[in-house]
Amino acid sequence: MQLASLLAIAAVCLATVSVGSLGLRMSRATSDFYVAGRAITPRRNASAIAGEYLSAASFLGVAGLIWQSGIDILWFPIGYTVGYLVLLVLIAAPLRRSGAYTLSDFTELRLESRALRAFASLLIIGIGILYVLPQVQGAGLALRQATGWPTWVGSAVVAVVVFLAVAAGGMRSITLVQAMQYWIKLTAIAIPAFVLLAIWSRGDVGSVDFGDWAIPSTDPVGLYTTYSTMLALCLGTMGLPHVLVRFYTNPDGRDARRTTVGVIGLLAVFYLFPPIYGALGRLELPRLAPGSRLDTMALQLPGAMTDGLLETVLTAMLAGGAFAALLSTTSGLIVSVAGVIDQDVLRPLIARRSGEDARGAATYRLATAIAVLLPFVLSRLLEPLGLATTVTLAFAVAASTFAPLLVLGVWWPRLTTVGAAAGLGVGTLCALISLAGAFLRVDPGDGWLAALVARPAAWTAPLAFATMVIVSRLTPSRRPPHTNRTLNRLHTPESLLPP
Amino acid sequence: MTAFDVPTALVTLLVVAVVWAAIRLAARVRGRSRGFLSDANRATYETLHTAALAARHLGSGLTPHGSGKAARHVRALLDAPAIAIVGPGGSVTWDGPSSHHAEATARLAAPALRDGETIVLDADEVGCDQADCPIRVAVIAPIASEGRVVGALAAYAPYVGAGLARATSEVAGWLSAQVELAELGKERARASEAELAALRAQISPHFIYNSLGAIASFVRTDPDLARDLLLEFADFTRYALRHSGTFTTLAEELRNVERYLMLEQARFGDRLQLSLLITPEVLPVTVPYLVIQPLVENAVQHGMSNLAGTHTISITAGDLGSEAEIVVEDDGAGADPERIRGILDGTLETSSHGLGNVDARLRTIYGDERGLVVETAPGAGMRVSFRVPKFLPAAHASADHRLAAS
Repeated sequence: MQLASLLAIAAVCLATVSVGSLGLRMSRATSDFYVAGRAITPRRNASAIAGEYLSAASFLGVAGLIWQSGIDILWFPIGYTVGYLVLLVLIAAPLRRSGAYTLSDFTELRLESRALRAFASLLIIGIGILYVLPQVQGAGLALRQATGWPTWVGSAVVAVVVFLAVAAGGMRSITLVQAMQYWIKLTAIAIPAFVLLAIWSRGDVGSVDFGDWAIPSTDPVGLYTTYSTMLALCLGTMGLPHVLVRFYTNPDGRDARRTTVGVIGLLAVFYLFPPIYGALGRLELPRLAPGSRLDTMALQLPGAMTDGLLETVLTAMLAGGAFAALLSTTSGLIVSVAGVIDQDVLRPLIARRSGEDARGAATYRLATAIAVLLPFVLSRLLEPLGLATTVTLAFAVAASTFAPLLVLGVWWPRLTTVGAAAGLGVGTLCALISLAGAFLRVDPGDGWLAALVARPAAWTAPLAFATMVIVSRLTPSRRPPHTNRTLNRLHTPESLLPP
Repeated sequence: MTAFDVPTALVTLLVVAVVWAAIRLAARVRGRSRGFLSDANRATYETLHTAALAARHLGSGLTPHGSGKAARHVRALLDAPAIAIVGPGGSVTWDGPSSHHAEATARLAAPALRDGETIVLDADEVGCDQADCPIRVAVIAPIASEGRVVGALAAYAPYVGAGLARATSEVAGWLSAQVELAELGKERARASEAELAALRAQISPHFIYNSLGAIASFVRTDPDLARDLLLEFADFTRYALRHSGTFTTLAEELRNVERYLMLEQARFGDRLQLSLLITPEVLPVTVPYLVIQPLVENAVQHGMSNLAGTHTISITAGDLGSEAEIVVEDDGAGADPERIRGILDGTLETSSHGLGNVDARLRTIYGDERGLVVETAPGAGMRVSFRVPKFLPAAHASADHRLAAS
């Protein structure tokens, strides 16, 4: 059993490293003519976004949480998907029309301030690393579950594989490869689910009783947790560094909208499966193996329901799928974060020190190394919080910083530079406080304080929005001078522009 | 780990923050009074510093926005209770208390604006009915740019000292210099726009002549092909001769390159081999209009100058994260690197000015570090490449112009 899982994981790692050069060749196969016919279609781009977005948290974390906490967690997969609906309605098309490649670009374009651009870049780095952290931890867990090796081995494997793939330049925005990732992940989660369902339905299914597990919680803390999670996921999606970058590939705002609709459909299909694992686990796996973490629940499920070859194959499939999920998400994030570190931190620094422009490849590799090392070191220092919980914290940070900036930036002409800076500052400060609280495990009881720091979005996001609006109202003279021009650009459909 | 006590942690954090703030404040206060400067040096330093702060906001001249931000520093320079800056068109920016005087400033400044002389107004002329108002008199000095009075600086004070009148006219003189600098900046921007307009790539007359000749040769033998080619030619000229917009997308530009190559292939047949490697992710990138076609034209000329044998031209568009790289390569005769350097520097006159033109436009738009990179040697073909950033705030300006024009 161990060997098969190990082989599956090794194959996924090998594929990720080699896919760089292979995918590069595939994605730009020489065709003599008709460039336009080869533009990336919304359908393929949607697969790519979904492929990059579905992380180890979706693959393993959600199933484990559902198994543990019951039906309330169904909001997680819904929230992960609904975030794209909010993105679709509020900002997909205007953001594409802005021509911004990163969130820093948008900040600079809209608020016309270099200082705010730097702030946004730091936030991107922070959010990206917070999102990568659970992936690195998840890798350790998946490998330990499969082989019994200590967790740092898996984390190190992911760090090295991602560094190799990204630094070689291979993983940079190969839409085709990321699009295939989605279908690989879907297969890896769907087939074991169907097999396990079939096994379960052949057994004794006379009366299914989930007990308290299937009853939504009604106490105030539980309700707060649910609503706060929903808000974080709804607003946070638009502020994730690896999501916006992909929208740049769309030719225009209309295609950006279509892509988003596609993403919602694909995610909805994928998220049907984690609840199945949660529910089956509830019925067939009453207790986790001693010493194992919640996030490995889905990996233990085949062992509880079947044995022999089938168990080996299904476990290997899930382990490989989970590894594929976290490798693609991690490399997508590292590409974005390394790009920001390279462009907004390293190159200006080197240019100032040496008095001349730094040349590309070397600084990008250094940036990649930094972007990979930071979460790896953090993963050794911090006690894991659970995949889905940490990822939700990253969403919460994005929801209380970039979400107000993007929503107000796109739709509110009176946003001022000072207001945006104040809102970002307040959002960041609140997020940092709650992060510190969450990671240091303030109040380990089940009380309000724990809920407030573990699911901060419900208070931090409105606070950041309010700060931006109020401070902007107080400083009407600090509106960026070209606000009207910028908003015209964001909201005018391309079809109205003369050719 | 011992139990984590929340109140203790919060108090500790608060104490750390307060101590840090106190240290920073102390450092700032001390920084002002400390040092090896003599009093005179410090006065000079502070004056220059204030002037620099004011100058930062006057980059685009005496606009209401710029004057509004600079006024505070100008007031600090003059050490007057209140000042006003009258801009072109009579807009008045007031800084300081007693803003009820702001309205009258335009009227009071009229003589100074008309005659270009500094005037001193006594209490009767300024006229204030509020007993606690610190403003009794005013000194108004004209601000001139290139011999023309464009505005005025008014300093308001309780009494007129010789110092105030002199300082006001000196500061007005300094403001005049800033306005002239701003004018110069605008001139330079206009000059580079004009340069860009003059650099508009032009399709070469030879190409029109040769294409029509090639099409004519197919009219009898293959009328359908001739018709297709003629339509391609029409589309090509429409794109190349369009009058609006400095920018286009890489997809549009490459489509036009395809039309061009189709026409050239009609002329050269199998002797011209093509290889296009386009990463689809970079197709939406904004590039200057007609930036690739001249490079391809250059490559065709180079490759085909040698009459015998087939030649391959390859065009590559690759993704480098926040940039896109475009490479045009041919395996033709190559050239002496010194000659190419001469063409790019504009010191060498040549019949094909495609390279120099594209290089100059790229440098004008993106800055000097983003010109063409040419790698060549005699007999070794030629590789021309350049990089464009995926996001450039100014690159979208043309869309706004188009919007405004429509």
